[in-house]
Amino acid sequence: MRWIKSKLLGVIAVLVLIYLFIPIAVVGTLSFNKPEGKYNTSWNQFSLDAWTNICGVPGVCDSFMISVRIGIISTIFATILGTMIAFALVRYRFRGRATTNLLIFLPMTTPEVVMGASLLALFLNLRFPLGETTIIIAHIMFTISFVVVTVKARLQGMDPRLEEAARDLYAGPRATFRYVTFPLVAPGIAGAALLGFSLSFDDFIISFFNAGTVVTFPIYIWGAAQRGIPVQVNALATLVFVVALLIVLTSQFVSYRKRKALEAGMHSDSAIVGADVKGLEAAMPRS
Amino acid sequence: MAAVLPSAGKQSQVSAQRKSRTGYFLLLPGMTWLAIFFAIPFVTLFMTSLQAPVAGKSGQYVPAFQVSNYPDALAEYWPQFLRSFLYAGIATGLALLIAYPLAYFIAFKVGRWRALMLVLVIAPSFASFLLRTYAWKTILSDEGFITSFFNALHLLPDDRILNTSIAVVAGLTYNFLPFMILPLYAALEKIDPRLLEASNDLYASAFTTFRKITWPLSLPGVVAGTLLTFIPAAGDYINSELLGSTQDRMIGNVIQTNFIEFRDYPTASALSFVLMAVILVMVFTYIRRAGTEDLV
Repeated sequence: MRWIKSKLLGVIAVLVLIYLFIPIAVVGTLSFNKPEGKYNTSWNQFSLDAWTNICGVPGVCDSFMISVRIGIISTIFATILGTMIAFALVRYRFRGRATTNLLIFLPMTTPEVVMGASLLALFLNLRFPLGETTIIIAHIMFTISFVVVTVKARLQGMDPRLEEAARDLYAGPRATFRYVTFPLVAPGIAGAALLGFSLSFDDFIISFFNAGTVVTFPIYIWGAAQRGIPVQVNALATLVFVVALLIVLTSQFVSYRKRKALEAGMHSDSAIVGADVKGLEAAMPRS
Repeated sequence: MAAVLPSAGKQSQVSAQRKSRTGYFLLLPGMTWLAIFFAIPFVTLFMTSLQAPVAGKSGQYVPAFQVSNYPDALAEYWPQFLRSFLYAGIATGLALLIAYPLAYFIAFKVGRWRALMLVLVIAPSFASFLLRTYAWKTILSDEGFITSFFNALHLLPDDRILNTSIAVVAGLTYNFLPFMILPLYAALEKIDPRLLEASNDLYASAFTTFRKITWPLSLPGVVAGTLLTFIPAAGDYINSELLGSTQDRMIGNVIQTNFIEFRDYPTASALSFVLMAVILVMVFTYIRRAGTEDLV
């Protein structure tokens, strides 16, 4: 009884985690299915058809590539704009701070259907043609806030003594930024970009409003849901899931190793601290 | 909302803040983008919500000041509005119940495995939202294990789960669960474990410790998580469309079909505006408690 009581919380926690992954297990399992009718919702027979012929159904890979392209372009823009804002918020004093915070916060709490509808109202009133451009505009808009939050957290968590040390060593503001600040914030920026891409790649509602005739991967799935989703879609989604998970786990593992090495006292290795000390040395004026 | 992401301390702020034009230069491009493509669209949305139809031409509207669009839209669609808030409310409550034990476990019990556990919480979002929702069709199907189980206990009013409101609420609960777990974790992680030990040393029962210490200190996370779960759930139409019947349509479905299929822009805009107004009231109530500095 005591044992059950002490382990109860852990058991519940593990059950919740399993619950989070059940639908993914279903998506993955059904990617190896040979459905009986046109709806791939119940198990029928094992088959590798979808995996060996992943672009076999017209439209699947086209829409996939469109989503990848839109994701990359909007991520690049949103990451640059959002990182600039994060630096301003943490490092500078300026007027209109409350309004700025609010304008960054609201896109994260506005229902997608409202953002999609209001943006479509704007484009319709301006008679702006709908297509890939309008999707990218929308994606940059709703991704910026998430980039700001992620990069800002990294900037705030940074040890200020590292930059002070560089300044004490007579590094100018530019050298300090290039060789100390930026390398230290870079993992945060990379994380923000990854988050931005996954938000853009998976967005359905806002894209659907502003897509015109363009068919992104989620829009393809939405359309196919009525007439039966091809097994290839499950295969592609499983692939995306596995790749994304591997990227995140690898980066977690690398930062874990770095932390361990730091604790072991290898402070002098610049790659481990995160700052580019060799670059800084090379950039310093010789006295 | 800083509570969303577990962040480290705020050591470097304030002292290092400079005042110069560079700050404004850094803000300008991004904030301009948000102003043009997030803020201004609400003005156009409001103007569209007051437009009047052109006689004899469907899908065409002229600028007007037809305030009656609002009562008309609400009179027709108030059931979907109420249903959205009801479903989202139940889903948020369930998400809180499910998320709390996991967030607590990650914050206090897993030690150095925290980062990995957080990755596992976020990982499901890497698989397509639509496909994950669609997968619930398989899990909750009439022949499925779950439906048979509850049917054996005679717990289901319609003898099925799929295409009922139960399925829609279940889908909403599942889909927005990470938005509840992360802010809860961020708040719980900040609690000093020594407070819990002290309470234990003073012979408080586990329940009393939870009620007097853990729960009150986790309230910022509870509020943030509730907001971040309720808002997207109330506006969602994917779960209702894929898992529910026509009796389960929510306000998002109405806005989407009116905007895209019926081209009834004024009605759809008026409904979007009312939904946004309700949400803004919630957000500003939250801000009055928490201030704007911790929002982002």
